[in-house]
Amino acid sequence: MQLTNRSKIVSNKEMSFVEKLYFPAIVGGLMITMRHFFRKKTTMNYPEVQKEYTPVYRGHHVLKRDEEGRENCTACGLCALACPAEAITMTASERLPGEEKLYREEKYASVYEINMLRCIFCGLCEEACPKEAIFLTDKIVYAGYQRDGFIYGKDKLVEPVDPDKRVDISGRIQAHRKS
Amino acid sequence: METADLLFKAIFVVAIFAVSLVIAMYSTYAERKVAAFLQDRIGPNRAGPFGLLQPLADGVKMFMKEEIIPAQADKNLFILGPALAMLTACMTGVVIPWGDSLIINGREFLLQVTDVNIGILYVFGVVSIGVYGIMIGGWASNNKFSLLGALRASAQMISYELAMGLSIVALVMMSGTLSVREIVESQPGAHWNVLVQPLGFLIFIICAFAETNRTPFDLPECETELVGGYHTEYSSMKLGFYLFSEYINMFISSAIIVSLYFGGYNFPFINSLGLSHNVVALLGVAIFFAKIFFFIFFFMWIRWTIPRFRYDQLMRVGWNVLLPLAMLNIVLTAVYLLWKHDLWTLSLN
Repeated sequence: MQLTNRSKIVSNKEMSFVEKLYFPAIVGGLMITMRHFFRKKTTMNYPEVQKEYTPVYRGHHVLKRDEEGRENCTACGLCALACPAEAITMTASERLPGEEKLYREEKYASVYEINMLRCIFCGLCEEACPKEAIFLTDKIVYAGYQRDGFIYGKDKLVEPVDPDKRVDISGRIQAHRKS
Repeated sequence: METADLLFKAIFVVAIFAVSLVIAMYSTYAERKVAAFLQDRIGPNRAGPFGLLQPLADGVKMFMKEEIIPAQADKNLFILGPALAMLTACMTGVVIPWGDSLIINGREFLLQVTDVNIGILYVFGVVSIGVYGIMIGGWASNNKFSLLGALRASAQMISYELAMGLSIVALVMMSGTLSVREIVESQPGAHWNVLVQPLGFLIFIICAFAETNRTPFDLPECETELVGGYHTEYSSMKLGFYLFSEYINMFISSAIIVSLYFGGYNFPFINSLGLSHNVVALLGVAIFFAKIFFFIFFFMWIRWTIPRFRYDQLMRVGWNVLLPLAMLNIVLTAVYLLWKHDLWTLSLN
């Protein structure tokens, strides 16, 4: 049964004299390469020019803070529960008096670790989170030589307090609303 | 020879040497750029503006690399190989007329190191010695792949030298001289030899590709079969010398193709511009180099267009096609010359 029209019938017919000269074929080949010479180049000068990611790209996680710089995460554990790869672990602690500026609610995650070797970047943690605390960003998780280095703690996950250095996740929120 | 002449010659020799080295250096850069452009890429652009310092970086890399001489290799021959390749590559440039003459203080200086009256034979002789560089290197490495590469190189060069020599014979018959300068001078304006000897030119350029070991005839170093061919065991600047000599050869071959078939430093309307002799001569040099650069580009263009020949195909093309064609070309030229001569004598009577 013929599935497509793309199949070609192979023929072993003798080459004609002109074909045997090879020069027409060579000239044809030269013309093809010359056309490529003037064609637009597909290379991107990587570090200077970077490819734009799609809005739904899922990379390095971020633990968000609210406008006042307090951590959103309350260590409810829903993200860890939702995680199909079981990459997330956390330890919950009670907020002590005087720490109101650091944590938004009475409970917070004193340890929050994502094993980036286990993580499949599915984004289910983000969907599970009731506090809008965890998001996946367009940042890349870098390669490394030791497995230990891939267990990312709060030092790598929580965004900086400085309002200028916050991680922009508006694209993610928009992507969520569309879906 | 007087001191002024000697001084001029000395400066000129050094200049030619430097120019061919610089051009060979930038041919490596050009090769990579051309390759990239023909493949829709950008090519080296990190070292300096447009990557122009890339050849320097490559040179430094070559010098800094560890130099390895295999334990079982013949040490002296191993060193002699690349040295010979480089030496012969640099030697050919002396008979090429780079331009007409300069008149300084009423004295004429030829823009050529020496006008040997058997210039073409000299070129062929030196080029044939070039095979030894490859052969000795391949043999001394004590490595199967190197030896195979060297064998192929010598077989290929010997086969193609014949056809090349015969294609030149027809040219020499027409111009009646073996001096490269006189051949160039016999093609004033646009009366280039390629117009009267198209078949000879075709044979010559194919053989030139084979002689310089360029694709589609780069069997001696074909990576897919022979690792690196004759320079498999070479490292550091000795490898650099082999690669470098290939580029110098390419430059010299282009120069020879241009002088023999494309009028050398001649260009149309050369005398109707009304310029002084020296300006015309310098313009001629510029034109000559422009033609050379076109052929260097052509070498690269072919390299990134045509796949490599199989070894038996290479031999068949050399012996069964090019050699008979070159002979046919000689016969045709002879018949034409006789016919012309007869007409000329008839008109005399």
